[in-house]
Amino acid sequence: MIPNGRIAIAFHTLFVAFMLAPLVVVVWVSFTPASILTLPTTEFSLRWFWAILDDRQFTSAFGRSLWLGLMAASLAVLLAIPAAVAMHRYRFPGRGALVGFFLSPLVIPHVVLGVAFLRFFSQAGLSGSFYAVAGAHVLVIFPYALRLVLASMASMNPMLERAAYSLGATRYDVVRRIMLPAVLPGIAGGWIISFIQSFDEVTMTVFIASPSQTTLPVRMYHYIEESIDPLVASVSTVVIVGTFLLMLVIDRIYGIDRLLVGEGH
Amino acid sequence: MMTSARGTPAFLSLPAIILFTALLIVPMVMMVVLSFQEYDQMLGVASGATEENYLTVITDPYYQEIFLRTLGLAAATTLISILIGAPEAYILSRMSRQWRSLFLVICLSPLLISVVVRTLGWAMLFGRHGLINETLLKLGLIAEPMAFLYTLHGVVIAMVHVCVPFMVISVWIALQRLDPKVEAAALSLGASKLTVLRRIVFPQVLPGILSGSLIVFALCSSSFATPGIIGGRQLKVAATATHDEFMSTMNWPLGAALAIVLLIVNAAVMLSYNRIVERRYARISQ
Repeated sequence: MIPNGRIAIAFHTLFVAFMLAPLVVVVWVSFTPASILTLPTTEFSLRWFWAILDDRQFTSAFGRSLWLGLMAASLAVLLAIPAAVAMHRYRFPGRGALVGFFLSPLVIPHVVLGVAFLRFFSQAGLSGSFYAVAGAHVLVIFPYALRLVLASMASMNPMLERAAYSLGATRYDVVRRIMLPAVLPGIAGGWIISFIQSFDEVTMTVFIASPSQTTLPVRMYHYIEESIDPLVASVSTVVIVGTFLLMLVIDRIYGIDRLLVGEGH
Repeated sequence: MMTSARGTPAFLSLPAIILFTALLIVPMVMMVVLSFQEYDQMLGVASGATEENYLTVITDPYYQEIFLRTLGLAAATTLISILIGAPEAYILSRMSRQWRSLFLVICLSPLLISVVVRTLGWAMLFGRHGLINETLLKLGLIAEPMAFLYTLHGVVIAMVHVCVPFMVISVWIALQRLDPKVEAAALSLGASKLTVLRRIVFPQVLPGILSGSLIVFALCSSSFATPGIIGGRQLKVAATATHDEFMSTMNWPLGAALAIVLLIVNAAVMLSYNRIVERRYARISQ
């Protein structure tokens, strides 16, 4: 291995600063005691965090996004597990095409999906329905759930299963003692990543969430369009901290680098 | 256990197939139909079929400018992502194991944080009295505060931040296939560091750069929140213009046509890029 030179280290430092700067600034501003955007240096205050609780629109949007994420992620995983079993255990004509079909929401721009859903829901008389938005979210997060469940199945050692059968295990034993423990981290990781994708989705949701049923990112987007103040910074800080905690959980059960850069690392 | 009981896989994937049929195929078909429908200021969407919406999108200078801006922003963002993301992935790959894991997570985990939150951070940094202007003024690099908000370069900076992790991931994965012993061998045989980079590392990471570019370009050309917040209403891109067509102007057929043109332009650019690159690449490797 050839060590990095000075220029490389300097470049790397700048790169890391670039990646972290916007997040650091948001968190920093949210602790300001002032009423305008300032970077506090001597005095810090939690007033803008308490202010979130008084803002009904932010709290209700927050609650809605949590609900939406819970429902959509659970449904996506429930649908992804049998589909992943089919993809993993069987070879059938059209299998590759089906995998491509299931992953296609990843390559269709969300603005296009937003337009399609808006038209579809308004024709179907479902405009502004929470369940319609949840259904749309299930579709766009399904590829994430499927990929992680599939990856955990692929990393399963088929020999273990055969060994268990040859030692007299029943089918029930094999599923419960061999297969479930092997795929559970992938399922849990798939659920969390799906939840995060749903919680953060803005481009498609901005088309289909009615003003009274808005989600947190959509509410934040419209708020920022009008004005930027410490309140939206403190809301963002809560989102950053929440995401960070979920990342720690993913790291414990699945491995964050495995999630981010895939297998073989 | 590659059993093939006929019908079982179909049965297992049926729930997902139903979901995808109801919520992907049907809405997409309805959007295409909508884009060919007539629009009347008074009556809204009419039932007559017309190609007028597409003609407007393609020939109206207003929309041409929006598409040119969208593609220009995406191209600039992709280029800068290559220039900073590829070296960063290479530097990361040469770090010791612990540092590498730490910095890989630091560089990539912003991906999991809401785009709106990250863009808000840039909007705060970019202000007249934001951290960037204050720092540049203090260092004496500029005499007057620079404009970043509502400018093209501001949008590009924020979009690079959103997209560059994908470039790092792609190049990183390509680098995993590079045997460090080959580099060491080249050096011990008297090759200069530059030669090693050019003849050994670069050909190896090229596929990573290419696949990263496709991802970054696709994301940028259809991005909504970042150009919406940093670019504002003046610097419209395809996604924000589509949104306005639906939410403000209420001309839904035209908005649907805009979205479909974006989808087609996006696919065309990516396919031709892929084609050109593959041909080039085949020639190099011969």
